[in-house]
Amino acid sequence: MALTPADNQLHPATLPDQETVIKRTRTESMLLNVGPQHPAMHGIVRIITELDGEEVVNADVEIGYLHRAFEKMAEQGGYLQVIPYTDRLNYVSPLINNIGYCLAVEKLFGLETTERAKYIRVIMSEISRVTDHLTCVGASAMELGAFTAFLYFIKAREYLYELIESVTGARLTISYARVGGVKGDLPPGFRESCLGAIEKTRKEIKEVDALLTKNRIFVDRLKNVGCISKEDALAYAITGPFLRSTGVDYDVRRANPYLVYDRFDFEIPVGEHGDNFDRYLCRMEEMEQSFRIIEQAFEQIPEGPVLLDTDGTVMPGEAMVDEAKMGRIENIRNVEAVIDPTLDGTTKVQYRNVETVNKRASLPPKEDTYGNIEGLMNHFKMVMMGHGIRPPKGEAYFPVEGANGELGFYIVSDGTDKPYRVRVRPPCFTIVAALPLILKGDSLADVVPTFGSVNMIGGELDR
Amino acid sequence: MPNLHEQLKAKLPQGVLEIHAQHGDETALIRREAWIDAALFIREDPAFHMNVLMDLTAVDGRDLKWKPRFEVVAHFYSTEHNQRLRLKVAVEEKDAVVPTLTNLWPSANWFEREVWDMFGIRFDGHPDLRRLLMYTEFKGHPLRKDYLWNKRQPLIGPKN
Repeated sequence: MALTPADNQLHPATLPDQETVIKRTRTESMLLNVGPQHPAMHGIVRIITELDGEEVVNADVEIGYLHRAFEKMAEQGGYLQVIPYTDRLNYVSPLINNIGYCLAVEKLFGLETTERAKYIRVIMSEISRVTDHLTCVGASAMELGAFTAFLYFIKAREYLYELIESVTGARLTISYARVGGVKGDLPPGFRESCLGAIEKTRKEIKEVDALLTKNRIFVDRLKNVGCISKEDALAYAITGPFLRSTGVDYDVRRANPYLVYDRFDFEIPVGEHGDNFDRYLCRMEEMEQSFRIIEQAFEQIPEGPVLLDTDGTVMPGEAMVDEAKMGRIENIRNVEAVIDPTLDGTTKVQYRNVETVNKRASLPPKEDTYGNIEGLMNHFKMVMMGHGIRPPKGEAYFPVEGANGELGFYIVSDGTDKPYRVRVRPPCFTIVAALPLILKGDSLADVVPTFGSVNMIGGELDR
Repeated sequence: MPNLHEQLKAKLPQGVLEIHAQHGDETALIRREAWIDAALFIREDPAFHMNVLMDLTAVDGRDLKWKPRFEVVAHFYSTEHNQRLRLKVAVEEKDAVVPTLTNLWPSANWFEREVWDMFGIRFDGHPDLRRLLMYTEFKGHPLRKDYLWNKRQPLIGPKN
C-alpha cells in the first residue's frame, strides 16, 4: 500500500508516526546478481540473491562457467592420459587428485604400490592439503580486508610450492602420480628441506593466528554466520572441513584408511556450531595435523637408494643410444644409463622403489625405454594409442580425502585401453549446492565470508 | 552377518535384480519400480542407515550394447556404520525416466540436474530439473556416447 497523496499535505505535526508509515509502505524484494564478475566469486560462479533490505531471503546458484568437459575428454584417450587432466580439477591441491585417480585405477587392477611410493604419496598429499588450506584461509581473510594475512599465507604457500617443484618439476600442473606408483623418487636432501619448510610455515601460521583468531573485526564477521546444522550438512552430502565444523568427525583418512594413513597418529579437528568461524578454526588446526603426518611419515618411510652408485656402472642415456646404434652392445650390457632428471626425474634404481613391478600397469624406467628393446616395447605397449594399459572389465569407486572433502573417482572399465567412464565426485559441488540454504537469513555482506569458507574451486566444481 | 548387498537382496527379492561386490564395492542393481522403495529402505533400516548420498551419476552403455542403455549409479554412505553401498538402476533410452531421490536426500537435487544435463535422463518428481553445467540453449546431452567430443554448438550470442 503506497502513501496516499493526502499524507503529503499534512502538517508536519500531524504526520503519521513511523509505525504507520512502515505499515503503509509497499515493500518488495530485490534481485541482485553477485558474480560471475565479482572478485569474491572468483569470476566463475553467479549467485542470484533475493534481498529484503540487506537480508538474503532466497538465493540461486549458477555454475558451469569453467566447464571443460573433463569427464568427456577422459573417455577419449588412454588411462594414463587422464592424469594431466586431473591436475586441473582442484588446482590448489593437484597432487591429491592425481593420487586419487591413480588409486582408483589401481583398484580396478588390484594393484599395490611399493611401500616407499605409498609414503611419498602421503607426504605429497599432505603438503597439498596444507597449500589448499593456506589459500582458502588466506583468500577469504583477504576478502574481509585482512590483506596481511593473505600475504603471509601466500608466502608460506611458496615454501611448500618450492618443495613440490623440487619433487615434481612443476608447481601447479604436476602430473606426478602414476598408475602403480609415482613418477620419480624424492630428491636428495628432501627430508631436511621439507622439515625446514614446515617449520617456516608453522611460524607464518602462528603469526596469522595471532592476527586473526582473536581479532574482533574478523571474529564478528565470521561467528554465527553461514551456519548449517549437522543434519543438513549430511543430507546435502557435505564432507571435509565444512562437515567437520558442524561436529561430525568424518574424514576418509580415518573412516576408510587408504595408502598408509592407518599408521599415523593424528587428530580430526571438529567444530560445534557449523559457522564460518568454526570452519576457519578447523582448517587452521588441520594444517598442523598434516604437518604431524608428514613428520611421522619421514620417520617411517622405508629407506631406498635415492642416488645411483656412480662407480663406473652408469652412462649417460644418449651415449648409450649412440653405442647401441653402432652395435657396441658389449659396452652397455652391465651398465645403467642415467638421464637428465628434468627429462623424467628418475633413474632406474630409484624407479624400483617407487613403482610396482607389475609390467601391465607401470611404465618402465626411461633408461630401459632408451637403452634396450624390451624396455622400448614395454613403454610402447603402455602409451601408444590402442596399446595402453588395460584394467580388467568392471567398475570401482575410490574415495580419498581431498582438501575440501571426499574426492571420489568412479571408473568403469570395458577391458580396453580407454576408460569407459570416469566420474569425479567433486567435494565442493555439494557445498555449493547447499549454498542457498546456508545463505538464507544472513545479510548480503555475509555472502562473501560464507562463500570464502566454501573454498569453491572452479576446476573441480565445473570439471 | 551377510554383506549389505546380500541383505538387501534378501529383504527385497522382487526389487533387486542383480548383486555383486567387485573390488569390494557392494553393489545392487534395482528394478526401476522399486528404486524409491529400496532407497527408503536403506535410509531407514537400522542395519543400513545410509544417511549420505555421496554421489549420483549415470553411465551410457551404448558402445557396450547394454540393454537397457543407461544406468544411473548412486553411491551411499552411512556415517553410523561406516559402510558404503552402490545402487544402480537401468533405464531404456526411449523411456529415460527415474524417480527422484531429492525428497530423501537433498544432495540428489544437483546430482540429478547434472545427470539430466549430461545424459538426458529425466527424474520424475524433481522440483527444479534445469541444466546445471551447460546453458539453456545447449543442444544435446554431452556425455552420451553418440555425442562426439568435438561437436560444435550453434552460436547463441545476445539478441538485439
